[in-house]
Amino acid sequence: MLAYLVRRLLWLPILLIIVSFITFALGYYGPADPIVALLGRHYDPEIAAQLAHEYGFDQPFFVQYVKYLGRIVHLDFGESIKYRNQPVLRLLIPRLLITIQLNAVSSFIGVVIGVGLGVFAALKRGRPTDRIVVFGVVFGRAVPVFVAGPILLFLFARMIPVLPAGGWNGIFSRSAILPVLLLSIGPMAIFARQTRAGMLEVMGQDYIRTARAKGMREMGVVIAHALRNAFIPLLTILGFLLGSLVEGTFLTETIFGIPGMGQFAFEALGGRDYPVIITVTLLVAIAYALGNLWVDLLYGFVDPRIRQA
Amino acid sequence: MSTQAKADLRTEMTGESTRPRRSLWGDVWLRLRRNRPAVVGLLVVILMYLTAIFAPLIAPYEFDQIDLDNVGAGPSLEHPMGTDELGRDVFSRVVWAARSAAFVSIAVAGFGLALGIFFGVLSGYLGGWVDTLIMRLGDVLFAFPGLLFVFFIAATIKPGLTAWLKAIGLDDLARSDYLDYLVVIIALSLVGWPGLARLIRGQLLSLKRREYILAAQAIGVPTWRIMRRHLLPNAMPPVIVAVSGGMGAIILSEATLSFLGIGLQPPNPSWGAMLYQYYPYWRHASLWPLLFIPAAILVVVVLAFSFLGDGLNEALNPQLD
Repeated sequence: MLAYLVRRLLWLPILLIIVSFITFALGYYGPADPIVALLGRHYDPEIAAQLAHEYGFDQPFFVQYVKYLGRIVHLDFGESIKYRNQPVLRLLIPRLLITIQLNAVSSFIGVVIGVGLGVFAALKRGRPTDRIVVFGVVFGRAVPVFVAGPILLFLFARMIPVLPAGGWNGIFSRSAILPVLLLSIGPMAIFARQTRAGMLEVMGQDYIRTARAKGMREMGVVIAHALRNAFIPLLTILGFLLGSLVEGTFLTETIFGIPGMGQFAFEALGGRDYPVIITVTLLVAIAYALGNLWVDLLYGFVDPRIRQA
Repeated sequence: MSTQAKADLRTEMTGESTRPRRSLWGDVWLRLRRNRPAVVGLLVVILMYLTAIFAPLIAPYEFDQIDLDNVGAGPSLEHPMGTDELGRDVFSRVVWAARSAAFVSIAVAGFGLALGIFFGVLSGYLGGWVDTLIMRLGDVLFAFPGLLFVFFIAATIKPGLTAWLKAIGLDDLARSDYLDYLVVIIALSLVGWPGLARLIRGQLLSLKRREYILAAQAIGVPTWRIMRRHLLPNAMPPVIVAVSGGMGAIILSEATLSFLGIGLQPPNPSWGAMLYQYYPYWRHASLWPLLFIPAAILVVVVLAFSFLGDGLNEALNPQLD
């Protein structure tokens, strides 16, 4: 376990350096000249050269990269090109907070309802209720966020106009209901499917029969014996969940006009504001790497068989 | 001599069985046919690719043909799905967009498979530091969640790619309508291969140690024959499942990129771009049905690919039942 932990932890900084290099290199060679984008109609070669010097764009690639790494270590991610003289991090933090709230609440609701539906379906195996859940899961996985979003808007802001169509008044306001619903569909479907599969497998095991034979109540069998063991494989999809949430956040925040990180990054993609694009990519990659590390360690902790391998 | 007797004699003399030969793929087809959702999925997928191939014959209009006298018209005989805010025929755009989706999915699956087989075989066959290097490279690409890296590549490579294409004299490809396709295909292929490479490497490593491979080696079967007769047929099923399931994911990714405005951009036809164009109409008095057209098509296509993928998975791995 210790060797595994050390290996995983050592890999992390290497990974981050490579990731930052890729994002920096693509940002350096790829995008349209941000100075041109910034100046627009007021383009003037002299001012452009001065700005390029100010931003350090006139220095060689590796000098810029090393300086960039040095700044990152001090949590200085540069300044946004669109919002002049504003550090990317200061622009990002309030938006990040909104995104984190939205994602946390959505995944919590999605996981709880998903696991509940999965257990329920597994216990009613083959009955109509099970079929409905299975069908819902297939459908939930097939409907992309950017298809479900406009349809939800149509249903709940037009047909039955009960909810606001966009904007953001905090996670406890009515404006959060539709985005949370939209973002929780994915986790709900995945967790319902995996829980159902896990429960069906576990319920056929000998120890369940033993527990029943000892006269344990069905509720106790399900919770204490079946669910505990069915939970283990669910941990692996937590990592997967992180990835799908990132993508969902981009789309959800764009559709509902939520001033979070996703919408900010979307704006930056359009405006070629590449200090922002690089920072968002880097931060999300770091969060994702840490999340996956955590899931792997948790998995090793819960299931001793993994540690041996 | 009766045919049966002839067959018996033949069996006796050559040692070949006369039991009707059922190939691996014949078996797969039999099992797939019994799975109703998979058959429906297959039919929808075939229909989509046929639509893509015959788009010029099916679509009554060009995808970018504007008719400003006929803006936002409802369904009629001339325009089966009505027209959009520029008077373009929606049905024609849907049909042409099938061609975009088919083209992107085949190109990305092809490049992804080629890169995946190349790196997977290299990794599994050579082992050692080559293996470590390739797998770590895959890990780095896996470190980017979901489509984020694809967004990032698609958003950044376009100007560089344009300059490069012009530099090597392919000015025609540098036109914006072709360039969008190139950007999407490159971005998705770059991210798609590590999964396949890992799968193929794993298959090779596990197959190399199987008894029947060892047995074949022991009785002196030539290496190329082992690869062709034993390794390849056994390594392929999971790859086929991954690729067929992956085609649906590729179409969805293309739609997502186009929805976000970094994939195929108007006037190029794409279901994702159409949805982005139409979704604000959810509150429009008469144009709102437009948003359900690309939405429904995307859902049906994604469902079809997932049914087909699940069906193939069961048909190729019968031990699952």
